[in-house]
Parts: sequence; structure tokens; C-alpha cells
Amino acid sequence: MRTSALAAARLVLLRDLQLAFRKRSQLVQPLLFFAIVTMLFPLSISPELSRLREVAPGAIWIGALLASLLALEFLFRDDANDGTLEQYALSGQSLTWLLFAKTAAHWLLTGLPLTVIAPIAALSLGVPIGALPGILASIALGTFSLSLLGAIGAALTLGVKRGGVLLTLLTLPLALPVLIFGARATELAIEGASFAAPLYLLAAIAVLGVTLAPLAAAAAVRISLE
Amino acid sequence: MDLSLRGERLHLWRGERHVLRGVDLELRQGELLQICGANGSGKTSLLRTLCGLSHPEEGRVLWNGNDVRRDLFGFHTALAYIGHEAPLKADLSAQENLRYWVGIRSRCSSADVDSALDRVGAKDWRDRPVRTLSAGQKRRVTLAGLTLLRASFWLLDEPGTNLDAQGQQLVSQIIAEHLAGGGLVVAAVHQELELRTNVRRLDLASA
Repeated sequence: MRTSALAAARLVLLRDLQLAFRKRSQLVQPLLFFAIVTMLFPLSISPELSRLREVAPGAIWIGALLASLLALEFLFRDDANDGTLEQYALSGQSLTWLLFAKTAAHWLLTGLPLTVIAPIAALSLGVPIGALPGILASIALGTFSLSLLGAIGAALTLGVKRGGVLLTLLTLPLALPVLIFGARATELAIEGASFAAPLYLLAAIAVLGVTLAPLAAAAAVRISLE
Repeated sequence: MDLSLRGERLHLWRGERHVLRGVDLELRQGELLQICGANGSGKTSLLRTLCGLSHPEEGRVLWNGNDVRRDLFGFHTALAYIGHEAPLKADLSAQENLRYWVGIRSRCSSADVDSALDRVGAKDWRDRPVRTLSAGQKRRVTLAGLTLLRASFWLLDEPGTNLDAQGQQLVSQIIAEHLAGGGLVVAAVHQELELRTNVRRLDLASA
């Protein structure tokens, strides 16, 4: 009996999660990177909390952005090398849908852990506890959009050997709106003001990403398989 | 309705190279087509063109008389393609690999997976991570996956590579059973498979 689209996506997701837990170093690297980047700010600027609080939104968001980019290279590469993507493309299931499941797994493995440790980094930068809900919400939405946007870049650079740098160059400009609105939401949350407006814009980017990014990624994967 | 595959005047270019120069082929239910030719003669390109991964510059592929590009999904549910590389994850065991790989296409229980793995002689190492297996053992796991996919049209790229004499026999046996059950097989081969009936041959060098 044929597998339904939902069951197939679930299998793709479970498979990626299981694989990631067999290879933990890939999971931990982006997180460590994020922790170190945010720790560098007190060292390089000043340990004074009032000044750190001013740079906190930028520090957190640049750290999250770079950590997400770091993790992107592994999104499709292994599956392209061993022919798994070929099997997905020929499975009779929608490739767009399967790649969306893969991207969701990628977010669960990088974006979600980043969301969990972002408040800790924020507190160490002198951010008041009242700002944490805003930071959590904006990082969660922002990293989700970054995973989706990054999926397009990762799929486009499959044909390039050592495409890591190219991938970063390709994805960074697309990621700028996420950085701008994310940092703005964090800033407003720290000031204690309403951060709803930039959060809505982040949500809009995420919705746009969900609708268009898997389609673009699937088209790019098909081209790379040809 | 009888299943059939036809390739009509397939031309494929790879940059400046004219890889396929007007290949014609035809295959009916219960038949095996062996594609022979030297290294670099375009065997793999032909397989990838037939399954729809590569688009030919000219010509078309017909499945049951219809152009496959009209209904690529329908065509793909009927076919199974096994390339050079085994689509297996080094960190998962043979059982886990098959459960995910096959499960994406059709329901299969772990009992199905185990019996398919037993059949290819993988009983003793089916729960070992694939990274610890030899190239021949991986091939065997891939063959077990192939039998589980329930596709009627098989495209095999050198199914016998890395296999011992017993493994080669297993390949012939599995293919013979598939043909007897009304399947179609296109295989790119160096050494011709030993099958008695219903074998067609396409030599790419002379095509």
C-alpha cells in the first residue's frame, strides 16, 4: 500500500532526527559557536551591564544568524552524496513536501536549541528577565525563516564542491530582513515596549518562507540531480 | 493492460559532449534489457534519462504508450532506480535504512524488512551500522530494498558490482523472479547476467 504524503514526511523527519543523534558533534557545533560569539562581546566592548544591554540585540542576533548559517551546509549535502535525494526525487512523493520535512527537522535540530539557549546568553548580557518572552518568540520565528531561506541556498550550491562560502554569500543578503526585524523586536523587548510589530513582520517572512522556499529548493535539487 | 517502455530517438548532451546519439529501445512486460558498452559510453546517462532524472534534448520516453513527462509522479511510483551508490546512511543499521527508504514509498512492516534481509543473507549483520559493512554487503542490503519497493519497472546500474559469485547468482535469481512476476528490468552491465529467457541487448557503442 502506498504511503500517504503525511506519513512519508514523518519518516523523513524521524530519519533526520535519528541520524543527528547518532552524530552529535554536528548538533553541538552551532550551539557552541553561538555561545562563544555572544561571550566575545563583554570581552571586546566592556563588562559594564548598561553598555552590554545596548549591544545585546545585535550580539544575540548576529550570533544566531551565523550559527544558523554554519549548520546549513549539512542540510542536503550528505543526502546528495549518497543518492538519498535521488531516491526522494523518484519516490513518487512530492519532492517539495519531503524537502519541507527535511527543513523542519533541520530547524528542530539547530533553531530550536538556539532558541532555548538564547535567553541564557541574553541574561549574561544584562537583559532584564521581562524581555525574555520577546527574545524567545523572535529567535524561534527568525531561526525558522533562516532554515527555510537557507534551504534554497543549500539546494542551489549542491553542485558546487566546497560550496560553504558560496552558500553563506548567497544566503546572507536574503537573511537581512530577518536580522533587522529580529534585532528590532529584541531591542523593543529589552526597553519594555511593545514588540508586536516587528514580530508580525518576522511571522510574515516565515509564512512566505513556508510557502515558497520548499518549492524553490525542490526545483534546485532537481537541477542538481540532472 | 500490459506494461511497456519505449525510448524514441533519445539524444542527450552533457555540455559539449553528445552522450546519447539517438538511442531507440523497447521493452515489454517480463523482459530484461541489458545495456552493454565500454566505460563512458553513456550507460548511466541512459538510465537516468529513462527514469526522468535527466531530460533528453531530443526524443521521448513512453511508459505504457504515454509520454512520461505528462505524469512523472505516476511513472515514478511504478519504477525503482538503483544507482552506483547505495542510498544507505552509514550511521543507521540495515534494518533502519530499509524501513525509512522503503517506508517513504509504501508501507512495510519490520517483518517484511527482516525477511527481505534474510533472503539476501544479511541475517547476522542486519542490525549493525552500515558503516561497518563491506561494499558487497551494502549491495546486498540495496537489493533487499529493491525487492521491497514493489515497483514493476526496475532500473539497475551495475547490479552485480562488488558481489561474490553467490551474490551474482542472487542478482540473477531476483531479476528472474521479478520478470516472472510480470516486471520489467533495464540493467546496465559489464558482465552479462545469466538468464535464459526474455533478454534483449542494447550495445551503446554501436548505437
